[in-house]
Amino acid sequence: MSLELSGPEASRELIAAAAPEHPALLDPTHRMGALFGVVNIPNVIWVDEAGIIVRPPEPGWPDDRMALPDDMIEAIPELGSAPTAPAPPEDGPRQWDVLGSGQARVGYADAIRDWVRNGPASDYAMAADEVVAKSQPRSSDVSAGAAHFELANQLWRDGDRDAAIAHFNECHRLQPDNWTYKRQAWSLLGRERVGGKYGQFVQAPLKGEERDWPFASDFTSDVLATDLGGYYPRTL
Amino acid sequence: MIVDDLDMSPADFAAATGWEIKPEGACRAEVCVPLGPGGFDLADAASRLGMAVVADEAHGRWAIGPESLGDRALATAQAPELVLGDLDGNEFRLSSLLGQKVVIVSWAPY
Repeated sequence: MSLELSGPEASRELIAAAAPEHPALLDPTHRMGALFGVVNIPNVIWVDEAGIIVRPPEPGWPDDRMALPDDMIEAIPELGSAPTAPAPPEDGPRQWDVLGSGQARVGYADAIRDWVRNGPASDYAMAADEVVAKSQPRSSDVSAGAAHFELANQLWRDGDRDAAIAHFNECHRLQPDNWTYKRQAWSLLGRERVGGKYGQFVQAPLKGEERDWPFASDFTSDVLATDLGGYYPRTL
Repeated sequence: MIVDDLDMSPADFAAATGWEIKPEGACRAEVCVPLGPGGFDLADAASRLGMAVVADEAHGRWAIGPESLGDRALATAQAPELVLGDLDGNEFRLSSLLGQKVVIVSWAPY
């Protein structure tokens, strides 16, 4: 499920490169967030033969690779910070320390294989009440955040950018730990302002253009304000 | 869901949210939430299910947020119906995979 509002072309090349044998679907309105509580990517959900969720959304990877393409770093221009972003804590962890902390990357695929072999007897399969209890917190503010995100998404696609950004900022305020809301919104400007193969990964203002950044924060600032294990919480 | 009118039918509400309106209330799987007297009313149902209603006054429409029962994203372990399209616009339903184990991976090109 590709959570991307910019249209199918933004996902086409990546899906083609993966050449999946399974369905590869597009989720332009982030239904995975509203229906299941997905708040970051990558996220994985396990569903059994009867349509019962046995593990709610959680971070998951096929292996422990964290390397970026060589040409990606060179393509990213020097970045600043949103003027209203939180200041990084003194002596806090670095960005890659936060991004690499939390969920066990090695062994996640083996956990899936264990469930495929053993079904409900697998140590990784949860009972129904545990699935509900361990799904993401959702307060009335979080529900309101989802509504603002849906309006932002629609307004952006309609070309009403200023109104869309106001709703993006509101959903970010109401559910600050929803990284898909934030990464989606920030990436739209990176895609526009930098473009190219990696422009969507520019999720902060360009150095010297901080005052022209309409969002309350940016990727690096928010990651640095996150505790170790907070970006991809450990669930295995 | 985004609506232009808060006067919505129970069938449309069920199609958009997965909550079916039955005599005992708004129901999904084993969970039923009683509704107010006088029949289905979108504002009442949204309030009882913990769905936020946010107005986009400039465009005369509203967005209805997802339910927030029990302060959790999932009200039940029964997977909701999910209908999405592929790159060619072909519609796919999660329920078409009943009878198989399914691993759903969310990702994004950013």
